[in-house]
Amino acid sequence: MDVSLTERAYIKMKAASINNLKYLEDKPVIRVGTGTCGKAAGALRIREAFKDELTRKGIDAGVVEVGCMGHCYAEPLIIISKPGFPSLCYGKVDEVLVKRLVEDFLINNDPCYEFAMAALEPNDIFPTFRDFPRGVYEEKMILENCGFIDPEEIDFYIARDGYSALADVLNMEPGEVLGEVKASNLRGRGGAGFPAGIKWEVVRKAGNGMKYVICNGDEGDPGAFMDRNILESNPHQVIEGMIICAYAVGASLGYLYIRSEYSQAIRRVNNALRQAREKNLLGASILGSAFCFDLEVFSGAGAFVCGEGTALINSMEGGMGIPQHRPPELAVSGYLGEPTVLNNVKTFCYVPLIMRKGADWFKKTGTPGSPGTAVFTLAGKIAGPGLVEVPMGTTLRQLIFDVGEGIPRNKKFKAVQIGGPSGGCLPEQALDIPLDFDSLEEAGAMMGSGGLVVLDEDDCMVGMARFFLNFTQQESCGKCTFCRLGTKHMLEILKAITRGEGDMASLETLRELAEDVKTGSLCNLGKTAPNPVLTTLKYFRDEYEAHIKGKCCPSLKCPDLIAYFIEPDKCSKLCNICVGSCPVEAIYTRDNGLKAINRDKCVKCDNCLKACPPEYSAVIKVSPPGLVEEREREMK
Amino acid sequence: MEGKKETISNYVCEILKNYSVERRNLLPVLREVQEKLGYLPVRAMEKVAEALGIPTVDVYGAATFFNLFRLSPPGKHQIKVCMGTACFMAGGQIALDSFERRLDVRTGETTPDGEFSLEEVACVGCCSLAPVVVVDDFVEGNVTPTRVDGILLSWDIGKKKQREQD
Repeated sequence: MDVSLTERAYIKMKAASINNLKYLEDKPVIRVGTGTCGKAAGALRIREAFKDELTRKGIDAGVVEVGCMGHCYAEPLIIISKPGFPSLCYGKVDEVLVKRLVEDFLINNDPCYEFAMAALEPNDIFPTFRDFPRGVYEEKMILENCGFIDPEEIDFYIARDGYSALADVLNMEPGEVLGEVKASNLRGRGGAGFPAGIKWEVVRKAGNGMKYVICNGDEGDPGAFMDRNILESNPHQVIEGMIICAYAVGASLGYLYIRSEYSQAIRRVNNALRQAREKNLLGASILGSAFCFDLEVFSGAGAFVCGEGTALINSMEGGMGIPQHRPPELAVSGYLGEPTVLNNVKTFCYVPLIMRKGADWFKKTGTPGSPGTAVFTLAGKIAGPGLVEVPMGTTLRQLIFDVGEGIPRNKKFKAVQIGGPSGGCLPEQALDIPLDFDSLEEAGAMMGSGGLVVLDEDDCMVGMARFFLNFTQQESCGKCTFCRLGTKHMLEILKAITRGEGDMASLETLRELAEDVKTGSLCNLGKTAPNPVLTTLKYFRDEYEAHIKGKCCPSLKCPDLIAYFIEPDKCSKLCNICVGSCPVEAIYTRDNGLKAINRDKCVKCDNCLKACPPEYSAVIKVSPPGLVEEREREMK
Repeated sequence: MEGKKETISNYVCEILKNYSVERRNLLPVLREVQEKLGYLPVRAMEKVAEALGIPTVDVYGAATFFNLFRLSPPGKHQIKVCMGTACFMAGGQIALDSFERRLDVRTGETTPDGEFSLEEVACVGCCSLAPVVVVDDFVEGNVTPTRVDGILLSWDIGKKKQREQD
């Protein structure tokens, strides 16, 4: 193989990319985060506001759209890099701040430090992200470029050494590439943690026929969005990883299977593929070598079960997304019956880094059994929701209280739901479990794709179990009887309990059914569907019993078991806010001027409770609802 | 009615021209048909089955298996309430209830005037803005019952303005 050819091609390409980005040198650059989350928070409005303001003031500055940095709590988020100043990041930007930043910072050199969140590079003036608790624990590998590069412009990725791993790999023997990935012990990030190298080896040894590489971006877990974020913020890293994989196993065609709900990710990946083809990074004789490979996007059609490998393949072949028996494994007989590598988005992301920096570098981070980092989405009752990347082996406590900055509004931590509908709810005493594939499985949860939802004292565990079961029951493909009927029956029991109609005997039935569904299902959707029920039954049995015996929801959450009440001694006669806030006119004024709620009309929408001014805080929830009558009698 | 059937067939034929006759093209074809027509009419499904050489029941099976496809025409405005974990905890059900009450339809239905259709969706991945509602591809965060009224009111006002201009 011609050693210098691909490398020469790459050096030329990188020089061209750096040259293309020259226009951003020596002038201020404003990076606006426009991931789906940023857009929802109004990032496009902010981008336009900057453009308008810059034109009006006649300032020469670049406005670049970037992906998401993961600080979702602070969207819309921007970074301003001005020569002579450290790059500064500003959160919760609005039009007023845009005007101020242009006027004060860009024109008059005052960076408005009072609004800045952090600086990007170390300096003597302002703290960086590294100086915050979150930055101390975080170690960015695959998210390193997310939020800093323009995902729609391949030059940004190449200028930061993107595709250099590919240029090197093309000069190696495929076996060497495979050896490096195997040596790194990279485990699949889709949830099960199967070593990627072993999977690849099976495909590589499967003869010289047609082979496929497929990237699983069918992220269906409610509460997880890291794959979306990576595909939106840095699509080329996934593509580079897939090309290297294809080279190692000898595949010539690949697909990125992306959820249809992620329209922006699909658009950006398609755009990235087009640019990669133009640069000869995809297609025939890549970078001048003899290797040919192409990629296409296949967009899913909205079925959670299609995250399962065989179901995903079935849906790609034009059938329903129903899982099949294994073996044969996909590595032996996958898409259209040919050997197929199927890995998660994040798994492919690590590949270019491992090839560039070596397996030993990769193994320095994380635990011996699970090397590398883990990407989590923090959501729910947490002060700093967002996307974080920490070394494997970080404990849940560090992740929630240090990285995520704890529970907002001084509420008490109750549980953490990890791994989505297939995972479990872990209580306080489980917080010191190190996060890696093996430790979590022992605790009855699983890594899953990495969604982490924090629950506080206001969340009802029975309601949570019902929510997840409702989801898995709807998404069950119907193939296995236990999963199809078992989840349905379990859901009925949980619904009855949350309505206050449960009995103690049904708890035993629930547990038995959960065990049966676990053992009687073919695929992991069914096998793990009872996890939320089993873990809540194990750790929060008292809540189930309160619902059944006391007909009361201790967290005041289950709509059928609560009532709203206005405390007479707190209510002010001079205030009418709650009356106006009620969407169904259920609040009336008593003869003595105090407010009261008509329970027949109340739809339990929480509006009055939120509207009541904090100096009164007169609206409360009570459970069981019968307590309202008791209080009314007391009043008389 | 005959005329409408004709147009459906024409559209479907037009779309099928871009695909090879292989079963694995089923989902991409159905998706494009739905993008064009807004839903999957029976006639379209029959046509696709015929063109790809697979039983109609298999097309119907796929169309009903996946959440993306719908068998009835959608409303002019589509309201999708996120029912992901974070949204559920933050009151997604309350937002959904509010829409049901205001529009007087149940989830999955379209208002009689064909103006709005109300749906639940699994996570849209904007968990830090929960509860989230996607209104005609525009993501609204932190939706309370008051905001629900606001969203509907802004349409009413927009429509009124439109009428005045006409």
